[in-house]
Amino acid sequence: MTAAKLGERAPALRPSGRAEAGAYDVGRIRHEFPILSQRVWGKPLVYLDNAATTQKPRSVIEAVKRYYEEDNANVHRGVHLLSERATRAYDDARARVARFLGAADPAEVVFVRGTTEAVNLVAQTFGRRRVGPGDEVLVTHLEHHSNFVPWQMLCEEKGATLRVAPVTDAGDLDLDALEGMLGPRTRLLAVTQVSNALGTVNPVAEIVARAHAKGVPVLVDGAQGAPHGGIDVRASGADFYALSGHKMYGPTGIGVLWGRREHLEAMPPWQGGGDMILSVTVEKTVYNRIPHKFEAGTPDISGAIGLGAAVEWIGSVGIEAIAAHERALLDHAVAALREVPDLRLIGTPRERAGVVSFLVGDIHPHDLGTILDRHGVAIRAGHHCAQPLMRRYGLAATARASVAAYNTHEEIDALVRALHAAREVFA
Amino acid sequence: MSELSDLYQEVVLDHGKRPRNFGPLEGATHSAEGLNPLCGDHITVHARLDGDLVREARFEGSGCAISKASASVMTGTVKGKTAAEVDRIFEVFHRLVTEGPAAVGDLDVLGKLAVFGGVHEYPTRVKCASLAWHTLRAAIRGGGTVTTE
Repeated sequence: MTAAKLGERAPALRPSGRAEAGAYDVGRIRHEFPILSQRVWGKPLVYLDNAATTQKPRSVIEAVKRYYEEDNANVHRGVHLLSERATRAYDDARARVARFLGAADPAEVVFVRGTTEAVNLVAQTFGRRRVGPGDEVLVTHLEHHSNFVPWQMLCEEKGATLRVAPVTDAGDLDLDALEGMLGPRTRLLAVTQVSNALGTVNPVAEIVARAHAKGVPVLVDGAQGAPHGGIDVRASGADFYALSGHKMYGPTGIGVLWGRREHLEAMPPWQGGGDMILSVTVEKTVYNRIPHKFEAGTPDISGAIGLGAAVEWIGSVGIEAIAAHERALLDHAVAALREVPDLRLIGTPRERAGVVSFLVGDIHPHDLGTILDRHGVAIRAGHHCAQPLMRRYGLAATARASVAAYNTHEEIDALVRALHAAREVFA
Repeated sequence: MSELSDLYQEVVLDHGKRPRNFGPLEGATHSAEGLNPLCGDHITVHARLDGDLVREARFEGSGCAISKASASVMTGTVKGKTAAEVDRIFEVFHRLVTEGPAAVGDLDVLGKLAVFGGVHEYPTRVKCASLAWHTLRAAIRGGGTVTTE
């Protein structure tokens, strides 16, 4: 009975056959997201703010609910059955994420609150040890504040210099300029896989290869990359990879830092407390092995389980199938938006994923956002936590539509219709 | 349900598109910067005070239609008012944009500012309507930078 119960809670990792089942069935996918069936302001909800956070499929919501209703207990310490089940589910979630990332070992997967915490963890441990006065940390103009400010803070603390690799007018990284900025004092390169503001897809493997050729380790911000095409961390060559669960159909408050075993083992712990220790005496604490060394305190168990369910859900549809669907949506969006008078696309990168940023005439994006909302269309208006990039283009803000697995071509058409309505308000 | 036209009244659209009192102020005695980190709005409000009296007020910067219109109408309204009167008008204006016209009672004190009566239906836009006011009051108090966060 116990074994059966455990088995139920921790199904073996297996690829689902659905990805091979034929055409992409967006209607069926939408049906799995309870929130999408509602109306807002009397209009069908058109949710195009997925780069901020995605909606959650029923399987994720149910996994979190089931954990609290049936298995809730603390992990890694109880001798009782509930704790055993909770620990099993938590560890199983880690294994699922490791598989999703192509990690060599689940021990390389550290659960954190999100991408922001993952970057801060690396900055405050790996970065702090590695960066000294006169050294340099290289980031790019595409970075979200979460992959910018932690490095700025570290450089300020250490008397080091933060350097920023440029982007072209189209929104692509200037790879040769970036390479030229990798110097003898460069201690680390932090770069995003996909720009949350422009949708630019960076050639991560090539960037890593160029950095490694100069002996520079690379942290990749996968907050947008993980849900839009995913990653094989080993093939990418990266040293660290950070992601947020809530941007890939999982719960808020949970994310992942993946790091190469040799780095994680050499790094000092970040926060001290329970679970990160092997033994504590008045004289000395012996730290736990990885990944527990970086998971002080009771973790977000339900969040991790939800994230495990989310990567399982992605796997059941197929990350490639989702990416192909999203590419078709974005192609349609770019073509349709170009037909809107006075509309200016911000960023026309060689390869795009997830988002399209734009301006309409001199209508402020905040006003566009309000008007679109009244037409049921949810987009983001603002600087997208990428102020250095906005400044690069001489802008304070853009309007941004971002897609996910469940969006439809009809929803892109609804966006375009609402943009025409906004132009009428400001005519 | 409120209509978009409650928020974007003709007067608001007009002031947003062609803001009055826009640009630097020669002989300004007081200035402050206002930031709305949420949407990147950034304005500077200048005032020329004669003792306690606001003789002139102008503003510069960029923002959405609501924040520009609010700054435009505000700079017109406060001319000839004392600092204490500015505070009193703001108090009523703030009630208007957070709770609505019904909460204000006597709308006469607001004059043209009453066109912002639809803002309370759009909680995310209250900060846009208030930014210029916070900035002006900071300028009168002695300058610096204010944010809506």
